[in-house]
Amino acid sequence: MRALAFALLISAAAGPALAQDLRPSGKLLLTGGVSTVEGSGGGGLSTWATTTGYGEAAGIGANLHATKVELSDFSLTTYGAAVGIFDRVELSYARQYFDTQAAGAALGLGQGFTFGQDVYGVKVVVAGDAIFDQDRWLPQIAVGAQLKKSDQGAIVRAVGAEDDTGVDYYVAATKLLLDRSLLLNGTLRYTEANQFGLLGFGGREGASLQFEGSAAYLLSKRLAVGAEYRTKPDNLAFAGEDAALDIFAAYAVNKHLSVTAAYVDLGDIATFKDQRGLYLSLQAGF
Amino acid sequence: MFIALLIMLAQPPHAVPGEEAVAPYAASNANAGASPVSGRALFQTFGGKAGIDRIVAATVDASVADPRTSDIFKATDLVRLKRTLSEQVCFILAGPCDYTGRDMKTAHRDMGLQTEDLTALIEHLQVAMDIERVPFAAQNKLLAKLAPMKRVIVER
Ligand code: HEM
Repeated sequence: MRALAFALLISAAAGPALAQDLRPSGKLLLTGGVSTVEGSGGGGLSTWATTTGYGEAAGIGANLHATKVELSDFSLTTYGAAVGIFDRVELSYARQYFDTQAAGAALGLGQGFTFGQDVYGVKVVVAGDAIFDQDRWLPQIAVGAQLKKSDQGAIVRAVGAEDDTGVDYYVAATKLLLDRSLLLNGTLRYTEANQFGLLGFGGREGASLQFEGSAAYLLSKRLAVGAEYRTKPDNLAFAGEDAALDIFAAYAVNKHLSVTAAYVDLGDIATFKDQRGLYLSLQAGF
Repeated sequence: MFIALLIMLAQPPHAVPGEEAVAPYAASNANAGASPVSGRALFQTFGGKAGIDRIVAATVDASVADPRTSDIFKATDLVRLKRTLSEQVCFILAGPCDYTGRDMKTAHRDMGLQTEDLTALIEHLQVAMDIERVPFAAQNKLLAKLAPMKRVIVER
């Protein structure tokens, strides 16, 4: 059922893309956002309705990203790639490593035990133009899905998750208020992922509707600062899960390289309190 | 003398010396394609009409020189383009100007413009505004007025 819905979304994505002819497109610096830890285009933690890349090669833009988050007791590393097609469709992949460091020993998993996850994403813009529709209230709206697969099935089930695979479905709305140099985003996500899926899917309850919001102020062509907030399910009996938030600065060196630095607060993770720290992400693309 | 008079007569009333004749049309501020911002402050921030003239001239010159868009301007009357574009920006920034050019749809008809061409032009405009030391937030207020014109300028 899940796999079918995902396949449907991919074919819906390919439809409009193929119908358009191969013409170049263009975007201004930072207007496509950066890469989230889940590989999709957006802020650092929240997925936006924009598609990734500057689309300079026949309307197709692509990028690679690497992100490191150093928390009080854990560290998260992600690598990923994303392709944006005709400003309409985005396909993404991210590989996440969640290193439990010394906490792994305390949790009985072993020092440096690492949870890994693959995230495959598809996003389709269904309405609006976040950048050019400056005379309308309608935001750019996109729907998408992320298929996530944990590589620690036995462990995530042992800690109370129901499954090692899950699909997040989301609707994102992004609006650039250019006359105020402000970019706003709101996303509704239907998910059963525990800690983004790193601790499996489901548990006490199934999927639920979660919210993520971002606001970014553009200080210059190259520099944006902002904040994000993302709620998450709380489905594992052994440890409470909190909302995530961050404050960030994104700097575009040029159209091919951008750097994002943030201070993130992921709350309690796996009984370890107040997981906060620095987030650093590099993105290279065209 | 007679020929000079004929050329002058053939030109629309607002044309400056050096402009080519264009097919007749009704001049109106509605042709500018955007309503003016409120208040004079932004116009002053742009350095008044002289500042806008410099920004427009630099933007047009850079667009003509840019290999991405140079072909599009091959047959263009650049004297007229600079005059009308400057009037348009002045009008939109609530300066003491009337826009006397053609509407955006007519002016860009059959040019096959793409988003990439518009992005290139906006990039040159941003550089020109930087040179005139227009603050970024003020630049974005002008860009917010120009952005929706994409719908009539760019062909899909
Ligand atoms: C929001 C962006 C734009 C604005 C506000 C704008 C404004 C104008 C104005 C005021 C005119 C003169 C109208 C007249 O002669 O009566 C004009 C003509 C022209 N524009 Fe644009 N323009 C824009 C985008 C572009 C782009 C992206 C290109 C190509 C890269 C372009 C190429 C031209 C050309 C070649 C002409 C001359 C047409 C002719 O000679 O008949 N414009 N534009």
